[in-house]
Amino acid sequence: MRYLPLTEADRSDMLAVIGAPSVDSLFRDVPESVRLAGPVDLPPHQGELEVERALTAMAAENVAAGSVPFFLGAGAYRHHVPASVDHLIQRGEFLTSYTPYQPEVSQGTLQYLFEFQSQVALITGMDVANASMYDGATSCAEAALMARRVTKRPNVVLSGGLHPHYGETTETLLKFLDSKIDAMPADIEGTEDIVSRIGADTACVIVQYPDLFGRVRDLQPVADACHDAGALLVVAMTEIVALGALRSPGEMGADIVAAEGRSLGNPLNFGGPYVGLFACSDRHVRQMPGRLAGETVDVDGKRGWVLTLSTREQHIRREKATSNICTNSGLCALAFTIHMSLLGEDGFRRLAALNHVKAVQLANRFAAAGIEVLNQTFFNEMTVRLSGPAAPEVDRLAAEGVLAGVPVSRLLPNDDRARDLLLVAVTETATEDDMDRLVAALTETV
Amino acid sequence: MDGKMTETGTYTGNRGLRIEEPLIFEQDAPGRSGVDLPDPPPVQNRLGGLDRTGAIGLPGLSEPQVVRHYTRLSQKNYAIDSGFYPLGSCTMKHNPRLNEKLARLPGFADLHPLQPEATVQGALRLIDTLAHWIKTLTGMPAVAMSPAAGAHGELCGLMTSRAALEARGDARKRVLVPDSAHGTNPATAAICGYAVEAIPLNAHGRVDLAALKSALDGDVAAFMLTNPNTCGLFEDEILEQAQAVHDAGAFFYCDGANFNAIMGRVLPGDLGIDCMHLNLHKTFSTPHGGGGPGSGPVVLSDALASYAPLPWVVHGENGFRLVEHKGDAAAPADPYGRMKAFHGQMGMFVRALAYMMSHGSDGLRQASSDAVLNANYLLARLSDVLSAAYDGPCMHEVLFDDHFLKGTDVTTLDFAKAMIDEGFHPMTMYFPLVAHGALLMEPTETESRESLDQFVDALRHLAARAKSGDAEAFHAAPIHAPRRRLDETAAARHPVLRWRPEKILDEAAE
Repeated sequence: MRYLPLTEADRSDMLAVIGAPSVDSLFRDVPESVRLAGPVDLPPHQGELEVERALTAMAAENVAAGSVPFFLGAGAYRHHVPASVDHLIQRGEFLTSYTPYQPEVSQGTLQYLFEFQSQVALITGMDVANASMYDGATSCAEAALMARRVTKRPNVVLSGGLHPHYGETTETLLKFLDSKIDAMPADIEGTEDIVSRIGADTACVIVQYPDLFGRVRDLQPVADACHDAGALLVVAMTEIVALGALRSPGEMGADIVAAEGRSLGNPLNFGGPYVGLFACSDRHVRQMPGRLAGETVDVDGKRGWVLTLSTREQHIRREKATSNICTNSGLCALAFTIHMSLLGEDGFRRLAALNHVKAVQLANRFAAAGIEVLNQTFFNEMTVRLSGPAAPEVDRLAAEGVLAGVPVSRLLPNDDRARDLLLVAVTETATEDDMDRLVAALTETV
Repeated sequence: MDGKMTETGTYTGNRGLRIEEPLIFEQDAPGRSGVDLPDPPPVQNRLGGLDRTGAIGLPGLSEPQVVRHYTRLSQKNYAIDSGFYPLGSCTMKHNPRLNEKLARLPGFADLHPLQPEATVQGALRLIDTLAHWIKTLTGMPAVAMSPAAGAHGELCGLMTSRAALEARGDARKRVLVPDSAHGTNPATAAICGYAVEAIPLNAHGRVDLAALKSALDGDVAAFMLTNPNTCGLFEDEILEQAQAVHDAGAFFYCDGANFNAIMGRVLPGDLGIDCMHLNLHKTFSTPHGGGGPGSGPVVLSDALASYAPLPWVVHGENGFRLVEHKGDAAAPADPYGRMKAFHGQMGMFVRALAYMMSHGSDGLRQASSDAVLNANYLLARLSDVLSAAYDGPCMHEVLFDDHFLKGTDVTTLDFAKAMIDEGFHPMTMYFPLVAHGALLMEPTETESRESLDQFVDALRHLAARAKSGDAEAFHAAPIHAPRRRLDETAAARHPVLRWRPEKILDEAAE
């Protein structure tokens, strides 16, 4: 077996050193009745060639996003990732290291985490960011928990513009904590009055920016209302590239930003692994979940980095920790930070502008073709209304080789208003021809 | 520094291949970029007046600078690829590169999670196939695939248990956790709304069965056990524990962090457990990546399966389908909720399945056998100079305490830092808490005998040196790492958690 260095000679020599008659004898503490006599009923070992052949066949059963005109978003956006990103994250010193618990031999990981935290804080307009969470949805849920600790209040208001997976993940995490979740109905019209839902027991209001339907709105009035009532404003984001073009949540009064960062550096991965971004203001930093890298000096006075404020964390504080999170999304955070370093100020803003321009061009084509776009505002995603149910149309177009978007009914199966609605996202990866084919295909539908 | 040598004896402060590297923010030149993107054509923008104004403050670097920056940073890390990494309870085994290659196939990596099911049949087949391997290796009837890591899996298992208890109208208040448990166990129980009660170990490093029995009553929701436990020992009374837990009407949660010791040799389903998470990023070799991502599928007993979280992959009339919503006819009866967005850690699933198929049922059993053999070899070769916390045989990891350092003025921390100078990553230190000054070593099956012998010889040398009165050398260690000991107290007292532009720092100072 190619991954096992011990030879039969090694094994018998080592057993002699141990003074044990057999490997089986080392398992003597296992109750005899549950010891397996031989291998379980699964196929035997295979060489690289055979495994590669089998899994490549499975991959070939799928339609890769890049192989067709592609317009899906709804929380996962397809972007071009520079070749150097994947090359660098595969360096073994990054790929095969553990959590940086021994800082003297983990300075590489700790420094990129410090840089990652800095970039996330800058783009969100917040004071401080952590070293990542599992994904945007779990970041959002952890933000609700943190708001409860900060305000010492139990309840949470969820906007109807929040991605249903984010809402469901948040409701799940708070399920057993005596929290009342006020989940507003899907805000298809963009008219919800969330401020009226804030009460004396409200820990936080969670809104999404841009929202599920692609709209952007000024969050300052919601922030002001939250703060007047002693609650926090949590801003969830599913498309972080938007912050190259849009005013940051921090500039509009957000207390916590909980975002999906996968758009930078990472492939779509069929939904995971992704990378949760989590940022907040300085005054709440000791209530944050997750790891934090911080600057310090070594005994020679040289600048260096360590994991810090660990007394918030489960391995020190156990049941009193701010979160149970341990493993996070380190390598995805590395991919994010490398991509962002390549972009820089100019590239990040240019990337966002290109996304927005493509979306404007697509919206104009929809309008010209007589396809109704619900949005007044958007970044790179919009909601269009078809003449009939969107889901079967999307399936039909997929069979014709166009991945047209996400039917809103996929996320809101019980909302009749959603039946004919289609979420269409467009990024820098879409060509003129892709957009022509989409509009032509949908025009047949409409 | 002009004209003056640094303490490294070089003008630059560099030491050969070890090169000092500033922050990306200190390499900024406005207008420089590592990507070439076209000028966006002018359009009537639809941002609703929310355009960003003013600079963000991101630094500009070219591609060669970025590549060099991260290459230099990587060289400041210890890794499995570069050396022995015996971090206890972390299972730092070799990460096969075939798995990396396969996870990057466009047919897996370039799939959107909400594509029509007809376009992702291979992805759903892969999840279903991996689920079959996991269920067979654990002897359990069901598995929830979506949890993103071990702690997330614990949460999934405990929430499933609580949902099942509530469904039978049986509100309970406490979760029992052994003294030796990972910190995630009590932290998870707290998020589930439970009070945590610690159960002591007996003199042999196992859960004290009498103490467990006396703590169990109608108010206990679950008992959380790591097996093999964090002392590296198999819980030899686990069948009696399971009986006692079930007699009290509670559920038996098993933390599968240490499954590497027993895969292919013991089916957890035979031990009477109700749920257990697996760390695909430990046992099944998906890389740790400096702290993640992980993947923590949770196997479930029949009593719990119908409460598992969404989503599920099921066999439908036209192939595989995803059940994403409560009320779907094909769904488990009463899912308690959703753990994260979308369907789980697909990138980790591909790697883990490639690992399993490469080993096969025979290779997985051999891997756990070799992992246990390697740990016992360390125990045998070190027990006369270090102090083993408990008698052997151990499972896949071996626990020492700091008794052997008594009177030397060398601590476990000092000893660990001296190991760094010898070219090894230290073992897990000061955990579990039940051993004083704990040193927990997990060699894994992918270390050669030569590698173990070199490690043992070095540790024997260090132990002798500590006992010879050379404490100063230990206090000074490490001296050959990219940094010497770092001031963690100062870092926590005055947290600097991000780079700030000079201008802002100056204003703050005023």
